[in-house]
Amino acid sequence: MITDSLFFIVFFSLLLLMAWPLGRYMSKVYSGEKTVFDKIFSQIGNICYRLAGIDARQEMNWRQYASALVIFNVLGMIAVVALQELQTILPWNPEGLAAVPFGLAFNTAVSFMTNTNWQAYSGETTMSYFTQMTALTVQNFVSAATGMAVAVALIRGLTRRTTKVIGNFWFDMVRSVVWILLPLSILVSFIFMQQGVVQNLSPYIAVDTLEGGRQTIAMGPVASQEAIKLLGTNGGGFFNANSAHPFENPTPFTNLVQVLSIFLIPTGMVFMFGNMVKDRRQGYAILAAMLLLFTLCLGGVYVSELYGNPLMGNLGVNEPTSMEGKDMRFGINGSTLFATVTTAASCGAVNTMHDSLTPLGGLVTMLQMMLGEVVVGGVGAGLYGMMMFIMLTVFVVGLMVGRTPEYLGKKIEAYEMKMAIIAILFPAVTVLFGSALSVVIESGLAGMANAGPHGLSEVLYGFASTAGNNGSAFAGLSANTLYYNLMFAAAMLIGRFGVIIPVLAIAGSLAEKKVSPPGPGTFPTTGLLFVLLLAVIVLMVGALTFLPALSLGPIVEHLLMLQGITF
Amino acid sequence: MWKQIISALRLFIILTVVTGIVYPLAMTGVAQAVFPKQANGSLIYIDDKPVGSMLLGQSFTTEKYFHGRPSSAGADGYDAAGSSGSNMGPTNGKLVATVKDNIEKVRSENQINESVRIPSDLVMASASGLDPDISPEAAYLQVTRIANKRGITESKVKELISGKIQVKRFGFLGADRVNVLALNMALDQLKNK
Repeated sequence: MITDSLFFIVFFSLLLLMAWPLGRYMSKVYSGEKTVFDKIFSQIGNICYRLAGIDARQEMNWRQYASALVIFNVLGMIAVVALQELQTILPWNPEGLAAVPFGLAFNTAVSFMTNTNWQAYSGETTMSYFTQMTALTVQNFVSAATGMAVAVALIRGLTRRTTKVIGNFWFDMVRSVVWILLPLSILVSFIFMQQGVVQNLSPYIAVDTLEGGRQTIAMGPVASQEAIKLLGTNGGGFFNANSAHPFENPTPFTNLVQVLSIFLIPTGMVFMFGNMVKDRRQGYAILAAMLLLFTLCLGGVYVSELYGNPLMGNLGVNEPTSMEGKDMRFGINGSTLFATVTTAASCGAVNTMHDSLTPLGGLVTMLQMMLGEVVVGGVGAGLYGMMMFIMLTVFVVGLMVGRTPEYLGKKIEAYEMKMAIIAILFPAVTVLFGSALSVVIESGLAGMANAGPHGLSEVLYGFASTAGNNGSAFAGLSANTLYYNLMFAAAMLIGRFGVIIPVLAIAGSLAEKKVSPPGPGTFPTTGLLFVLLLAVIVLMVGALTFLPALSLGPIVEHLLMLQGITF
Repeated sequence: MWKQIISALRLFIILTVVTGIVYPLAMTGVAQAVFPKQANGSLIYIDDKPVGSMLLGQSFTTEKYFHGRPSSAGADGYDAAGSSGSNMGPTNGKLVATVKDNIEKVRSENQINESVRIPSDLVMASASGLDPDISPEAAYLQVTRIANKRGITESKVKELISGKIQVKRFGFLGADRVNVLALNMALDQLKNK
């Protein structure tokens, strides 16, 4: 337990050490200031603008920004569907994998476009190398860049005054990919390849095993996709077992690099926020609230998995009794840290099968997604999601003291509150309605792999994951059916654009406002009081919305497990 | 509107070429030049024929070899083109029955009485279905069976295990473990000597 705590402390320290300079760098990148890498990146960037015929200096109002974003995303979705349908006639398909059925292809396209990376398929038996590279890897980059762009646009709205424009989407897209995501991915790919992650275009290899059996080994350009899968908080595995597969995550060291990669950019963006609003303490306060919630959740998952499953203990199994669905090399600490990080950050990569987590371990991972993916959160998405809760917090405080709520000198009025509430409620309503519908109709019930309360948990987790754009699963659920492919695609779209569009609307509205200097009645948004209030509001909204559903799933299951009841 | 769509399409195609073709191919080129062994699956060869990957577990059922963890990959387990966990929840009756069966099997194969607790990794399925490792305890548990079957001393087998244990780095990174394939290859070499 002490060594495990040490592991967690090392993780936090390394994370903050790397995210801090990255935050400074990113604030320069998005402000258009000079960086040390401009010699190369500016040239690549300029080639992109020139070939696309784009004037990256021409700023957009929020409607133009949103429409550019939506058009770009829809094009990406169409491309992903097309590439899956055409993979039989495209190159690099050594296993001759067939065209992907349309329902599944659509679900996958929505999933990768929305940065969810929910996977109703197994990579090694469904997607050709060409599809993995040109459809899925590309979306890993651009969906992450989309999230980062929205966060930056919102920050511009907060910092600018009396203007209609919030930046240029193409500028933010190209800068995110060329200046940030691509160089980091190359760096992380190198580490992975050195450690044993495969990177080739070879056909699958058949070997005669030591015992004389036959084993076919799946191959592919894994390392390059693996790096951006984590850095962009995408989470879509090259193989079915995702980051549990030894070819994706071969050693305890790569496991540490993976969890750090997931949190690196989302954490860096909070530091970036502090730099861009010219008050670093504003960033520290948000990060403190996020890490406070994260630490609580990590403790919850860790203790629950360490305590294990008494049903297994009763059979005569030694500790740790929660080894089902865990690989040996990561250890309980590396498995629980990964499970908590991936659900906190809307990544959705897994090195542990979440379906086999202990009931309370599963509850916490689910809860983090239900909280709106703001406990650190996805790249960009975490920051702008948290901004909605900040609006709510200053609004609640404003009600208490009877003054117009303000944030960073901007008055938060009815329009902003409406939009913030839409962004908070849309995903939540989707989770509850989707789950409720699925447990009363035949095609919903048919998907459950586990009986009893755990079946409900599978469905609930599926909707929390898709509406939260996370992408991990209680993977026993048979999600590759027409019903679930369509339901989850809808949940992912609502969870993505039902948040992004209100956020951009707020950005546009705030940019038009004047900045009023802080007065004696202004509630400071940097102190400990604010940090605690923000964390409590996030928890309260989540708890009030989801406690009844969680009680019927994981909480009941936990109690029944303690009584030795099985299904 | 049309202008915006055309710009978006052009930028999308450029970014697809950069991130979807140039980047992965460049990484593949570098990998094949700098890390050829790892990039091609860390394969192990005996007499120039590949017998498996150092990173992937494979199925061992005969008595003379160390057994790995239960696997849910593919129909018979350890399908390296069909990675998967069992996805059985903690209160699933089938999980309890499966683990119970596994425990009985381990007990009878190794003649272990009821009072000894079985290491959980040896009877519970891994996440990937391709876990190459077991805990040192799970390896030591199989010593008597293997020594008897191969006609070598128990101390020899124990020595072999202790030489193959990978410990947690810095005391906290990962878990103590033994690679089953490496262990079994070492066993075979022992015989040849």
